[in-house]
Amino acid sequence: MQAATVARAPSRRTRTAPPASRARARAWGFGALGLAALAALWELYKLLGPADGLVIGEVRVLPRTSDLAMPHIWETAGRLFEPVTRAEGARVLWLEVAIAASLTLGIAAAGWIVGVTVGLLLALVMQRWRLAESAALPWIILSQTVPLIAFAPVVKSWGSRIEIGAFEWQDWMSVAVIASYLAFFPVAVGALKGFQSPDRLHLELMRSYSVGWWQTMRYLRIPAAVPYLLPALRLAAANAVVGAVVAEVSTGLQGGIGRLVIQYAGQASGDPAKAWAPILGAIALGLIAAGSVALMGALARNYRRTEDAS
Amino acid sequence: MTESVITTDAVTVTAVDKVFEAAAGQVVALSGIDLVVEPGEFVSLIGPSGCGKSTLLRLIADLDTPSSGSVEVFGTSAHQARVDQKYGIAFQQAGLLPWRSVAANIALPLELHGSSSVETRERVAELIALVGLDDFGDRYPDELSGGMQQRVAIARALAKKPELLLMDEPFGALDEMTREYMQTELLRISAETGAAVVFVTHSIPEAVYLSDRVVVMSPRPGRIAAVVPMALGSTASRADDLREDGAFFEMITAVREALHGGAPASSARGVENR
Ligand SMILES: Nc1ncnc2c1ncn2[C@@H]1O[C@H](COP(=O)(O)OP(=O)(O)OP(=O)(O)O)[C@@H](O)[C@H]1O
Ligand SMILES: [Mg+2]
Repeated sequence: MQAATVARAPSRRTRTAPPASRARARAWGFGALGLAALAALWELYKLLGPADGLVIGEVRVLPRTSDLAMPHIWETAGRLFEPVTRAEGARVLWLEVAIAASLTLGIAAAGWIVGVTVGLLLALVMQRWRLAESAALPWIILSQTVPLIAFAPVVKSWGSRIEIGAFEWQDWMSVAVIASYLAFFPVAVGALKGFQSPDRLHLELMRSYSVGWWQTMRYLRIPAAVPYLLPALRLAAANAVVGAVVAEVSTGLQGGIGRLVIQYAGQASGDPAKAWAPILGAIALGLIAAGSVALMGALARNYRRTEDAS
Repeated sequence: MTESVITTDAVTVTAVDKVFEAAAGQVVALSGIDLVVEPGEFVSLIGPSGCGKSTLLRLIADLDTPSSGSVEVFGTSAHQARVDQKYGIAFQQAGLLPWRSVAANIALPLELHGSSSVETRERVAELIALVGLDDFGDRYPDELSGGMQQRVAIARALAKKPELLLMDEPFGALDEMTREYMQTELLRISAETGAAVVFVTHSIPEAVYLSDRVVVMSPRPGRIAAVVPMALGSTASRADDLREDGAFFEMITAVREALHGGAPASSARGVENR
C-alpha cells in the first residue's frame, strides 16, 4: 500500500489553480467540515446504535454504545481541562498529554531524520549501480513485512549492549531506530523513482555537457525527484510517528504518548473519557508531523513546475 | 591550440557506418557516409523519416558512436570535442529544466563548467537579448509559448560560444508563422555568432531558406543521395522576401528532385513539400 502511494507519478498537467490563499482556506474549511462530520457520526451512532453493539458469530463488528466504550464528545473534550488525577498539584490532562506528545514527537523526528538519510543514501546507491538496485530492492520491500511487535524488543536488547567510550545507548534511541525503520522505506522507493524520472532528452543534454554522475545528479536527477520526494517525506513522517508510538508501547519506554495510551486505557473503567485523551494526542502528533513536511513542500514550489507551457 | 591549422573543418565524417542491434535483427541506420562541414557553413540534412538524420547528428555530438569510420570535429575526435564543449545542441523539444527560470536555464552550461557568476550574468544577459526575450529572464518554462521555449533552448546551446551548432528539427513543433520567424532569427544569430550549423529538418523550404548546402539522404540503408549547393547568396544576407523569389523556388525544385532520385517523382514519404 505504501509503495503504491509513493509510486504514483506527479501529474504532468498544469492546472490553472485558484489563488493560493483561497485554495488554502478551502482546504482548512474541508478539514474542519470533516472533523465536524466525524463528531456527528460518533454522536449519531451512540444515540441510535444497539447498546451492546453488533456481534456476528463471535466477532463484535460494531462497538457498544455505552458511556464506558464511547463517551460523549463533550465529555472527552471537557476531561482535557481537568487534572490528570485527584492528587494534590496534579497537572491538567491536556498539558500532561502535550508533554508526552512532545517527547514522542522529538523521538519520531530523530527517527525521521535517520530514516530519510538512510532512504536517500539507499536510493542514491541503487540509482548509481543497477546491480545494487536488483540486489537491494527486494530486501527493502521485504523489510517492511517484519512485524514491528516482534522486532522492537530485539532492537532494545541489542541497543542495551552498545557502549562505545562515553557513549551509552539510551532507551529512546531504540524507539527512534524503530521509527526510522518505518520511515526509510517510502523515501528509498520514492527517491529512487524520482532519480530515475528524467527523460532521455534531459539525460542526453547533460551528456552533451560532458558532466559526470554527481553533476547530473545535482543538476538534474535530484531536482527532478522533488515532486516524488515530497509525498514520500510526508508518508515517512506519518510512519515515524506511528512507529514511535508503537515502539514506545512494545519497548515499555516511559514518558511518551504510547505509554500514556496503555496507562490510561487501564483506567478506562473508572474514567472512560480520559483514555481518549492520549489517542487524540497521537492523532494531533501525526498531523503536526505531516503538516511540517507539507510546509517544507511549499518552499520547494519551483521544483513542482512542469515543462509544458500552460 | 597554437599549432592547429586555421582551415580545420568544423565537421569531418569519413566512411561512417552505423548498425543498431535490435531484437528483430540488425538495422543499418547509416552506410558509407562522407561529409565535410566548413567553419561558419550552414548545412541541412533532409530525407524521409528513418533515413538516419538524427543518428548522424548524434554521432557528430558523440551521443552515440559509429560502428565503423571516423567523426572529427574541429580536428579532434567527436568525443574530445564533446569534452571540450566545442558544440552546442538543440533538439525538437526545447528540453528546458522546468524548475529553472529562463535565465537559469541559459546559464546551465556555464554553471556546469565553472564560469564565475559575474561572467555568467553578463553572458546570459547578452544571450537573452540575442534571442529577443528581454523581459522574460525571470519567467519559468511553463509560462512561455513553444516558440519562446525553443528560443531559450537555442540561447542555451549558444551559451559557451560554440563554433558548431547541432540542431535536430528544432522548429518541428512550431506553427508555420512562428517557424518562419524563427528561421529568420536563426539566420541572424548564426551570422552574428559565425558558428557552423548542422540542421536536421523535414521541410524542403526550411532547408533551402537556411542553408549553404542541403544534404539529401535516402533510407535503408541511410546514405547521402545528393548534396545540393544553394545558389542564393550568403545566408547572412537572406531575408523573408527571398521566400517569394524565383531562385528560391528553383532551389526547392532542385532539392525535391534530388529527394526523388533525380526523377520528378510525385511523393517522398515523410518530407513536407510546403
Ligand atoms: N537506438 C536505436 N536502436 C535501434 N534502432 C535505431 C536506434 N536509433 C535509431 N534507430 C533506427 O535507425 C534508423 C534511423 O533512425 P533516425 O532516428 O536517425 O532517423 P531520422 O532520419 O532521424 O528519422 P525522423 O525523420 O523520423 O526523425 C531507423 O530505422 C531507426 O529505427
Ligand atoms: Mg530524427
